[in-house]
Amino acid sequence: MIASGLQTTGAHVREVHDDFHGDLLEVSMGPHHPSTHGVFRMQVTLDGETIVKLKPVFGYLHRNHEKLGENTSYLGSMPYTDRLDYLNSMTNNWAYALAVEKLAGQPVPERAEYLRIILAELTRLLNHTCLAGFLLQDSGASGTPLMYAFREREKILDLFESLSGSRMMCNFQRFGGCRTDASPEWLAAAKKLTDGYGAFLDEYERLITGNEILMARTQGVGVLKPDLAISAGITGPMLRATGVDYDLRKVDAYGFYSRFAFRVPLGDHGDTYDRYMIRVLEMRESIEILQQAFRDLPAGPIMDPKAKLRGFRPKTGEAYGRIEGPKGEIGFYLISDGTPNPYRYRVRPPSLINLTVLEDLCLGHTVADAVIILGSIDIVLGEVDR
Amino acid sequence: METTDQLRDRLLARFPGAEISVVTNPGPAAQHSLLLSPSPARDIAVFLRDDPALRLDYCSNVTGIDWPTLGCLEVVYHLYSMALKHGPVILRLRTTNRTDAVTLPSLTPVWRACEFQEREVFDLYGIVFTEHPDLRRILMWDEFKDHPMRKDYVEPDDYEWEPTPHGGVLEKAKRHYPAAPVAGVADPGPASASPATKP
Repeated sequence: MIASGLQTTGAHVREVHDDFHGDLLEVSMGPHHPSTHGVFRMQVTLDGETIVKLKPVFGYLHRNHEKLGENTSYLGSMPYTDRLDYLNSMTNNWAYALAVEKLAGQPVPERAEYLRIILAELTRLLNHTCLAGFLLQDSGASGTPLMYAFREREKILDLFESLSGSRMMCNFQRFGGCRTDASPEWLAAAKKLTDGYGAFLDEYERLITGNEILMARTQGVGVLKPDLAISAGITGPMLRATGVDYDLRKVDAYGFYSRFAFRVPLGDHGDTYDRYMIRVLEMRESIEILQQAFRDLPAGPIMDPKAKLRGFRPKTGEAYGRIEGPKGEIGFYLISDGTPNPYRYRVRPPSLINLTVLEDLCLGHTVADAVIILGSIDIVLGEVDR
Repeated sequence: METTDQLRDRLLARFPGAEISVVTNPGPAAQHSLLLSPSPARDIAVFLRDDPALRLDYCSNVTGIDWPTLGCLEVVYHLYSMALKHGPVILRLRTTNRTDAVTLPSLTPVWRACEFQEREVFDLYGIVFTEHPDLRRILMWDEFKDHPMRKDYVEPDDYEWEPTPHGGVLEKAKRHYPAAPVAGVADPGPASASPATKP
């Protein structure tokens, strides 16, 4: 903690001023602060308890992911994408596979597209459940809600583990399909989990959604206006909480999302409470999508037979592919020069870009509010710092 | 939405002095882009954002590219419209060279989404954006000198002594610790390669 104008005499005793509000206090929150969800740092300037300036500091987890991507083959980057947003490796894999398939003009069989949707929606459930738990943890409801959330998350991770071999680092998608097929037993287990998920949400919402303390802490806190959200490139639930109807599952209709009936929940106020509620409502829609997917899942191959795994060299060109990840638009921009490695490999990280407005949201609020505002933005530092 | 060629013609009619050309994407994605000369780029960006037929209010992706073969650095902007739900329109800006004339106009005043992404391009590629509100390094630390995403970037010799160097590590160790000048000691093996030689 660096205090400007603070004089300490041996013990940490602050000198009493006559003009009590004269000093601004600079506080470095993080990179080891538990509320920053990793190694994120906020340089906060405080007037009393009120934030008057906030500058985010990045890079503590930077490993130049994009350079690694340029120095390895196309498929070689697939496991690295797991490590971007390590809660959502399945959607990261899909976004990357989608961009490469666009670059190479590679078709994907129908069953693989359905499997991708199933796994993406399970990932969305997982991410939003975690967020609801972490947000409650950040707002001071220590332990219980987070453990409820993690109990459910672990069930989804068990499914991922039995399908891909790994709980979190799934490395599951391939260019032109998926790596392994889902067995009937796996599908039955996944369907059972989906059928029971609504009951968990009911239970969780009974505990949390109408809670007076949560409402007092989150309503009207960190209000984001739609105009600023659009200009700042905010995407995902955080954008839709402001009332802007922009969901790539509807706009781009990538995969087979156009075949599914689901609604896009929109917020009204753009405050922290709306950002929480949007996630809960999106989980309910994800359950709808999952049930339709289990019902309609066709038989057939999961890999395009003409897809090349070894010696994969897309023709010269470039492509930008994006999907609606649980945190927002995750995109990959690739340039091929005809060699086995991409000439340019770029990740469009939703977490980093959603942080653009962090200072705008926090100004005028207290430090404790900054913690829950950051929690409601939903960041993962593996993706922010890349 | 109009094709890239139609858009170029409309922009040329609106900005008669500007140099605008279409960069064709030969790949299956067929996402063609517009190469703009830097000086009118911000005016063109404002036009693209506010034109009622385009309304490209959302700048999704900003990234740099190093082209040693063309002798320039490039910034690419992927624009979409949230209002009209179309896109992408892709803009490219190129610097004059890769050494001293690396200045381009910042588009952060037009789209706030560029703020962190242009900082990242500045950090990793060394492109200087004029009128960016807060152009600092973002991922590397402030004292860092080079730009790691450039194709000719050489990582610093940060070799750390290890007790049993072998293979490529041994080669690197030999380069890092020059042979001992004492006659008779031919092999600067691990025992003589003291870590104290490194400051």
